[in-house]
Amino acid sequence: MSKKIIEITDEGNAFLEKVNELSGQVVTLCDQCGTCSGCCPMAEEMDITPSQINRMVQLGQVEVLDLEAIWLCASCFTCTVRCPRGLDPSKICESLRQMTLRKAIDYMDIRDISEKEMRRLPQIAIVSAFRKFTG
Amino acid sequence: MKKIPYYPGCTLKTTGKNFEDSAIATAKVLGLKLLEIDRWNCCGTVTSLTQDDLIHHIASVRNFIRVQEMNERGEVDDYRLLTLCSMCYNTLKSVSNVMQERPDDLDKINNFMDREEDYKGGVTVVHLLELIREMGFDEIKSKVKKSLGKLKVSPYYGCTLLRPKEVALDDPEVPTIMEDLLNAIGVDVIDSPKKSMCCGSYQTVRNPKTVVRLGYEIIESARKRGAEALVTSCPLCAFNLDDRQKEIKLEHPDFERMPVFYFTQLTALAFGLKKDVNNFDLNFTDPRPLLKKKKI
Repeated sequence: MSKKIIEITDEGNAFLEKVNELSGQVVTLCDQCGTCSGCCPMAEEMDITPSQINRMVQLGQVEVLDLEAIWLCASCFTCTVRCPRGLDPSKICESLRQMTLRKAIDYMDIRDISEKEMRRLPQIAIVSAFRKFTG
Repeated sequence: MKKIPYYPGCTLKTTGKNFEDSAIATAKVLGLKLLEIDRWNCCGTVTSLTQDDLIHHIASVRNFIRVQEMNERGEVDDYRLLTLCSMCYNTLKSVSNVMQERPDDLDKINNFMDREEDYKGGVTVVHLLELIREMGFDEIKSKVKKSLGKLKVSPYYGCTLLRPKEVALDDPEVPTIMEDLLNAIGVDVIDSPKKSMCCGSYQTVRNPKTVVRLGYEIIESARKRGAEALVTSCPLCAFNLDDRQKEIKLEHPDFERMPVFYFTQLTALAFGLKKDVNNFDLNFTDPRPLLKKKKI
């Protein structure tokens, strides 16, 4: 089986730098142990796992922004308290979401929520979802 | 009676009114008067996790300025801001930490808010559970008038009281603060391994199915160990674990409803306070049949 060579482009490097800057983390510190993926309560519904998100960022793969996983993170900080490298994957995910939201592209549209559901949801749910999913 | 500035937050005035009323009544028994800060505004509900996003810290800082003003006017005896809601606690405390650690960012925020007096820093955020621990659980024990001994309850911490560790009110992995309180009021405490697993939080708006999956896991894991009810301090966890039982039942027809209490509803019961402070009508799964069965 031939090995696939992944080339890190200048654009990819700039992307990694941007994520580091926004998150205040040094994403290259992640050594892919998988602790975050093992403890993430959302991992089973994600298209890639949290450690794979870190890997894609390390390799400068901007396509990570198009994946569902970064939006499924609920900022529960389980990975944050357990990462043996002292990284905060919640901040990495938030940075990735922000990169899209800051282009005025929202993940959630208020019109998709029925009036009945809007009346039922407590304010705390609505405000936090809008804070996380819209710019 | 000791007066402490109190931040209610949005949901404690509506679907979480049962939490607020029972907490104020509980605090009164413990010699604490919660003085609601005037002109409080939303804390933001979640903390900004990007380094450059200062604008979203402003909401919390404004509330700290109110605490500062109350102290300057001599209305309160405490420079701490008391919260009940776990999410408000987490957001306010994170912002308080950021402002303490990054004075340059505080300067920027103060310069931006030109119609407010400057926030001088130093307001710390405290949860009612912490104040109770500070008083000592023996003190709580001495106030108990009614035995809750037959009630098997499992504490549910969720995320925001425990993580990240700079904000945590207890050990993030092995918390005991709720167990200690429940033991003090004589509840039969049931430990559950999923007590600090996320309930799905705000995903309840965009991805309710995720919340249904997690809620089912959390409730069944507690039930398997003998729990008859859960106890929480977060109105969002309460919605996800209680109101979403409607959807859990649709997904799992054999599922049986389990009441979810706020911890202050149990202290109010144990202290023998008037029943109306508990507003059980606001609990989606009515806990009264269970209480009746247990003769409480």
